[in-house]
Amino acid sequence: MIPITINDKQTKVPEDLSVLEAVREQGIYIPTLCYHEALEPAGSCRLCIVEVEERGRVRTAASCVTPLTPNMIIRTDTEKILKIRRILLELLMARCPGLKVLEQMAAQMGVKKVRFAQEDDDCFLCGQCVRACSEIVGVSAIGFSDRGVNNKIGAPFLKASNVCISCGTCTTICPAGTFHLERVDNLVSLHRYSNEYHQEKCRVCGDHFVV
Amino acid sequence: MKQYRTHCLVCTGTGCVSNHAFDIKTALESEIIKQGLKDEVTVIATGCNGFCERGPVMVVQPENIFYQELKEKDIPFLVEEHFLKGRPVEKMMYVPPKEEAVIPKMSDIEFFKHQLLVVLRNRGRIDPEKIDEYIGYDGYRALGKALTEMKPEQIIEEVKTAGLRGRGGAGFPTGIKWGFCEQAEEDTKYLICNADEGDPGAFMDRSILEADPHAVLEGMVIGAKAIGAQEGFIYVRDEYPLALRRINIAIEQATEYGLLGENILGSGFNFKLNVVRGGGAFVCGEETALIASIEGEVGRPKPRPPYPAQKGLWGKPTNNNNVETWANVPQIILRGGGWFASLGTKESKGTKVFSLVGKVNNTGLVEVPMGTTLRTIVFDIGGGVLKGKKFKAVQSGGPSGGCVPESLIDLPVDFEKLTEAGAIMGSGGLIVMDEDTCMVDVAKYFVEFLEEESCGKCNPCREGLKRLKEVLTLITQGKGEAKHLEMLDDIALLMKEASLCALGATAPNPVLTTLKYFREEYEEHIFQRRCRAKVCKDLIMYRIIAEKCTGCQRCVKACPTEAITGPRSQPHNLEESKCIKCGACYEVCKFDAIAGDAIYIE
Repeated sequence: MIPITINDKQTKVPEDLSVLEAVREQGIYIPTLCYHEALEPAGSCRLCIVEVEERGRVRTAASCVTPLTPNMIIRTDTEKILKIRRILLELLMARCPGLKVLEQMAAQMGVKKVRFAQEDDDCFLCGQCVRACSEIVGVSAIGFSDRGVNNKIGAPFLKASNVCISCGTCTTICPAGTFHLERVDNLVSLHRYSNEYHQEKCRVCGDHFVV
Repeated sequence: MKQYRTHCLVCTGTGCVSNHAFDIKTALESEIIKQGLKDEVTVIATGCNGFCERGPVMVVQPENIFYQELKEKDIPFLVEEHFLKGRPVEKMMYVPPKEEAVIPKMSDIEFFKHQLLVVLRNRGRIDPEKIDEYIGYDGYRALGKALTEMKPEQIIEEVKTAGLRGRGGAGFPTGIKWGFCEQAEEDTKYLICNADEGDPGAFMDRSILEADPHAVLEGMVIGAKAIGAQEGFIYVRDEYPLALRRINIAIEQATEYGLLGENILGSGFNFKLNVVRGGGAFVCGEETALIASIEGEVGRPKPRPPYPAQKGLWGKPTNNNNVETWANVPQIILRGGGWFASLGTKESKGTKVFSLVGKVNNTGLVEVPMGTTLRTIVFDIGGGVLKGKKFKAVQSGGPSGGCVPESLIDLPVDFEKLTEAGAIMGSGGLIVMDEDTCMVDVAKYFVEFLEEESCGKCNPCREGLKRLKEVLTLITQGKGEAKHLEMLDDIALLMKEASLCALGATAPNPVLTTLKYFREEYEEHIFQRRCRAKVCKDLIMYRIIAEKCTGCQRCVKACPTEAITGPRSQPHNLEESKCIKCGACYEVCKFDAIAGDAIYIE
């Protein structure tokens, strides 16, 4: 256990936690989009930024990938941090208008309007699906392709993948509801990278399985 | 060894090579044979001489005569006059702008006079493809000293005393960085030389590798000894074929001489060096992305900590330095940290290599002590602004840097001072801008570059750059609104504070510095719909000044859209609806009869 200070309150926490985990353990809200307890943190959505002070040096850090150090001072709700988070969320809302998860966050964080031209994407590239497919399922059927603003998620060359086992983990984990399976009779199609699988119904339990 | 009375040092840096320097070299060689001088005059292909503006260039030693803008057809005359008859040829010598008398000697030319060569000490004087020439100028002596007389701690201490800071941009103290890696308790450690130079207008690292590859190798072997690394990687952009060729030759020769590989100089120390060719992604200059790229992964940055000194390449402690940093090391070991620390300013020691480009008379590669003012670099060495135009700003540090305005022209250039001004040292690109440069357009140019090069992993950088571009485009199109300035500030704040790596965190710098120093230009674009530099096409209008037009029809022929019509010898007519504002007519008009007017909407 090491002593740290979170929002002016001193406390002791296990040292192997990340700043995000330590803060959340205290019941304090930090928004995240790319973080998932079952996955390695990626530090890519940057919504979880907090102000961190170590040995007198103050910096802004993504809490999910910042390890704790003894006597660290963490501030989660400074005006600057809240402002940066609001700008970030505004940009994501311009990218993906109408996404429920973003709108809920916006209501909570006080983002009222989006000043930028609206696009019509439904994926904000948090990459949880990619990491789940690699870390949990172990097949890495999907990944990031292209670079920068053209970045997108899908199977290699955005074509149907024979590596995918149609487990649906990506659809379960996706915070945006972007990935989903559609089942018509015995045909399952995985939205977004046009994979299709034939399934049979199990005579014993009634569940479907891929043949 | 054969002695020659005259040495022709032909620059074969990339600038001169693109101006056919190799043809000049061949022509010289055959002409020298033809005129029976092959036992007296020799031709040597050197790395970048620095004065790229005047390429292809050649220096004749021992007289130190500088020849410029050489042409193949002039070579027989030059050989006959100078080498046979002993009369140096004036018409191929340098004449400073606005003057008439030639300056025959290289050392008398302003461009060279103010420079202090440490890293580039061998530029233009040795053949980079011959290790013997490097050794001839004290090459590998520092390595001998480091391997046989010094303990690893002593090497690190010497670099700390020198106060050497990373030349890749961030300026982290090199000795301290080495210390971190040295202390890491692992048997396997790696070294990296970052030669993934990608800034528009920057060619320092390229020129160092092309002019003096052994200096980089020697620095790396010394570093390896200090840190305890057994293997190193030089990550060079594939767009640098000449640098790649020369570094590969250097590795081959050094290995053959026992200066690389097993049991170096009989000291029992082993170090293997590999060359990795980068695919050209700008973000791979960021060290965690570079490491990922060497590992064969997609070049995307990773959050730090863990720092590469703890967990780098393949999870092992790794020390990464820039080309220029490595090239400084042998000099520090040989001449002592105290000597190095005596150069430069309080916080920034030594020299810095800059590539001076843009609207400046003397484009080229310059090395000056830290703390040299921008005025000295731009006006004394650079010879001032092209065509006598008015100086506006100098962009320092590449796309992640910023624009320093005329009011700060006496700024001593070092890490601290540039950062205070809102720019960065970066790797050392200096782009000079004149009154014809629109600062909003400049900001947009760099933002567009970075948007292309952002890896897209983190939201602030990917989305932020996209929106910066969107807003800046609106402003340059004359669709700017008052709220746009605040939106630019907001995005910049987000990117600076919340981006994952330094690319994103420094990406708003061009916008922030132009907003800070040239806010009035943004305001003119937004509120008056006016571009004073007459760059933003939507904000300018071309018209023919009837009183000056002689009806010569040059513009009629130049206009690609047939917007200009009119019979010969009568003032022409420009049809505005057809004009695409390409400026071709403006360029060709001999009578200043075409005006490119900034549009005012009051």
